[in-house]
Amino acid sequence: MSQDMSVPMQPSKSRTSLRGLVPWVVFAAVLLLLPVVFQGNSTAFTLLNVIGINIVFALSYNMLLGQGGMLSFGHAVFFGLGSYAAMHAMIAIDDASYAGEGFWAHVPVVGMPVIGMIAGGLVALVLGWPFCRRAGTAFAMITLGLGEMVAAAGQMFPSLFGGEAGIYGNRMVGPQWFGLELAQSDDVYWFMAFWTFVAVFAMWAFTRTPLGRMSNAVRDNPDRLQFIGYPPRNIRFMIFIASGSFGGLAGGMAAVNYEIITPEALGLIPSGLALLMAAVGGLGVFYGPIMGAIVVTLMNSMLSDYTDASILYVGLVFLSIVMFAPRGLGGGIEQVRVAWREGDLARRLPGWLSGALAVGLIIVGMVVLVEMLFQATHGDDEFAQVLGMEFDAAALWGWLTAAVLVVLGAVIKRATNKLREDQA
Amino acid sequence: MLEIVIFSTLNGILYGLLLFMLSSGLTLIFSMMGVLNFAHASFYMLGAYFAYTLGMHTGFWPALILAPLLVGGLGALVERFGLRRVHANGHVAELLFTFGLAYVIDELVQMVWGTVAVAYREPEYMREPLFTLFGTDYSIFRGVVILISILMFVALWYLLKKTRVGLMIRAALTHGEMVGHLGHNVPRLFMGVFGFGCALAGLAGVIGGPIMATEPGMAATLGPIVFVVVVVGGMGSLQGAFYASLLIGLIQTFFVAIDASVADLVNAMGANLDPYGELGRISLATLAPMTPFILLVLILIFRPRGLMGELEP
Repeated sequence: MSQDMSVPMQPSKSRTSLRGLVPWVVFAAVLLLLPVVFQGNSTAFTLLNVIGINIVFALSYNMLLGQGGMLSFGHAVFFGLGSYAAMHAMIAIDDASYAGEGFWAHVPVVGMPVIGMIAGGLVALVLGWPFCRRAGTAFAMITLGLGEMVAAAGQMFPSLFGGEAGIYGNRMVGPQWFGLELAQSDDVYWFMAFWTFVAVFAMWAFTRTPLGRMSNAVRDNPDRLQFIGYPPRNIRFMIFIASGSFGGLAGGMAAVNYEIITPEALGLIPSGLALLMAAVGGLGVFYGPIMGAIVVTLMNSMLSDYTDASILYVGLVFLSIVMFAPRGLGGGIEQVRVAWREGDLARRLPGWLSGALAVGLIIVGMVVLVEMLFQATHGDDEFAQVLGMEFDAAALWGWLTAAVLVVLGAVIKRATNKLREDQA
Repeated sequence: MLEIVIFSTLNGILYGLLLFMLSSGLTLIFSMMGVLNFAHASFYMLGAYFAYTLGMHTGFWPALILAPLLVGGLGALVERFGLRRVHANGHVAELLFTFGLAYVIDELVQMVWGTVAVAYREPEYMREPLFTLFGTDYSIFRGVVILISILMFVALWYLLKKTRVGLMIRAALTHGEMVGHLGHNVPRLFMGVFGFGCALAGLAGVIGGPIMATEPGMAATLGPIVFVVVVVGGMGSLQGAFYASLLIGLIQTFFVAIDASVADLVNAMGANLDPYGELGRISLATLAPMTPFILLVLILIFRPRGLMGELEP
């Protein structure tokens, strides 16, 4: 931003510059290299596939919250309905290819995310208009109600939603494209990699369109937008549809990955997950939600191997990010990058490093506390292990260690506050 | 038929009063600080669990006083050390904070009290029937709950309209900065109101816990409905929240009680819907959890400012 200020009359060169391509080449290279790294490790591929879905889901959510300033608690409606549409299409393909004729016999399963995208967009188109009158708290409450209502309706129409058991399909049907059999998770990976790349690129391209720019304007100053002659409600409605489409696309990816979908996928829990991922990664940076999706998915699936309180940790991470680093992981990286470019890094580093040390100490202290609390309420037969040390909830010294760690962190933070004060 | 009507009305009013106990605190907090406390229902849940644990040592009546005080204190701490920090980053950040808080409280409750319902019951002597009508008993406890809620509202009304603190709160609702300029400690007032609202939610938990079930999902079931109440009543209007609470309480209870299906209802109006079809077969009782949200959408389409709200949200 500061660059633009210093040379106001020069047009932006970013469109023609080759430097803009670098992140995309790196992204594609990473997607191509991952299968080589994890060859034969099917657990890793399963995890990678989920990460792919969540990246698209979190990014589509951030189109609303980060770029349009609309806090939604019902984004899973589009994800879930997109997923249901794709699943019904997969079932139709199965039936049609059994009969060997009809339209669906020629549709490949690889194209399911398109079905999900269309469904998500249509749902947003039908439902969205009354909701887009205001942003902020009202929008949040309305989308919460929408999510609850659709989730409840999901239980009521078993022929469409399959009741509590949900509906399931088979992804190994219909015509195969590119020789993708979609049998194992490493085969599905290529499907995921392709759609993740396409969707991420499309959503990035959306931010560069006039509508994408306008969505930032409606977030920052809707009154002024109204003065200029763009009704904010129309802009919000269009963002809502775009975001719903990409949410549906993620749902289509999920349908192919899991081959089952239940009405739970429409409710508040997956909607909250999208919010969690986007906020942890950072709402203000385009790649923030990508990082958030990777971190939260890894935390959700890997922490549960080590502790029974994994969901609590995810919640605590979210809470501390909202409190102490409102710009998220991506915002932090961006800050360091700007300081580096301005040659400011050496001056600011001591403040940041001491802050990181303080936060680290508090985190370890909290982990010890949570683990011991868990042990205290669930019997003493399992020891709370943190960093290889064993803590016993019955002994006082464990609680003392936790308290000392937290207090030490707080003291360091307070003592070094001065070092961080001058940064805006 | 008359029996169903009378008991549904009584139960609906009871449920509505509980809803108002939650939504009044939420409305006060919202109109003062501009933040909808997403964790409000979690404080309600904490109230029930605290009363359960305290009640095992002290009995029901002391727990009725102590548990809301504890919850209120906790709420005040959350405001002082959490919300106040986040306030600088705007309303969305505040909403995110309370959302994360609800998440963490739910997990902590599951960790401490387990994932299944606890056996939180009213005292033995209050399970006796207060009166018997058409062969159905109405327990003393339900009567006590209605009495406590009504006393509560009289106290709230007195506090807001007749005391000096109430005057300050009402002034701070509309002219927060001016109250600050006059030398009152507005941040401390905010902390007090937040704590008070949480204490009200805690009280609702103490008396609602034995009627609904005390289980980790209780916050997630009631939370969205309380938000609906606040929006339907009109954001920031206590009166509106009161009417909306009773309305939703009655509608939901009557939907549960009436033994009819969608087809019966539609066909009575002259339509011709297949009573065994997918839509016609749905009974009104299964529709009951959806009614608040249907009401919400209708209100937003036809009267976006809510029943008694002055401004559009």
